[in-house]
Amino acid sequence: MRDCRPILLLEDDTVDAMAVKRALKDLHVSNPLVRVANGEEALVYLRDDSKEKPCVILLDLNMPKMNGIEFLKVVKADEKLKRIPAIALTTSKDDQDRVSAFKLSVAGFVVKPVDYIKFVEAMRIVNLYWTLSEQPNSERESTNEKLQANTAGGR
Amino acid sequence: MRSSKPILLVEDNNIDAMTVRRALKDLNVPNGIVHQLNGEDALNYLRSNNKRPWVILLDLKMPRMNGIDFLKIIKNDDELKQIPVIVMTTSEDERDKMDSFEFSVAGYIIKSADYKKLAESLKTLILYWTLSESPYASV
Repeated sequence: MRDCRPILLLEDDTVDAMAVKRALKDLHVSNPLVRVANGEEALVYLRDDSKEKPCVILLDLNMPKMNGIEFLKVVKADEKLKRIPAIALTTSKDDQDRVSAFKLSVAGFVVKPVDYIKFVEAMRIVNLYWTLSEQPNSERESTNEKLQANTAGGR
Repeated sequence: MRSSKPILLVEDNNIDAMTVRRALKDLNVPNGIVHQLNGEDALNYLRSNNKRPWVILLDLKMPRMNGIDFLKIIKNDDELKQIPVIVMTTSEDERDKMDSFEFSVAGYIIKSADYKKLAESLKTLILYWTLSESPYASV
């Protein structure tokens, strides 16, 4: 990714979460991966000021408690959180899910390939794109923090 | 999944638009390119036309209606808000980035003056949006 902030992964399935972790490691992506199991847990993390805000959110859609679409609705209505790019990473091929996600301005909708090699290739492209694209420093108000972030910076 | 829909390029500078066109051609991107000169023209195109673009590549500094004003309108339009918008600009201004992501742009890419770098950026952009599903119901 473009900077060194964490990647927030919303994924209720432990095996799927491990596959993401492994793929990012195989791709030498150095951002820490923070995994939560559903939208509710993600909101708790995002609203905790002691936790560093993520550079991007990778979002499963089918999750218990608060699913991906419900999570997007809340995040995109929250002044402090709405700027963080959220990318759907899902096995759902449901048309309604896709349309709803894009209406909530999802920044990409990736259907997870089952095959691991293909999955790594998909993650490589996601990483490449979000390394090219700038990301907002929404939580970095002071110049000092910004400077520190740049010095500690990613790649 | 690559869409057969056109790419909507909103760019006031004709030379820059030609460069993007050339790069997409060099990358063998088969999609058509619809070029509009500012936000107002782009909005007129989108509203007078039922065809939806695959993605919108949006410059920020434009006369009549700039990129941020354009975003304000389409992100409040129930029909248009689903179209992925990627900012392509020379501005590295933090304010511009914040304002763009305020309207949930799906990427913010600094346009390089160097043709090879610009083509490389567009290659990554096309790869990503080919991997990503598009908002429109599958046919």
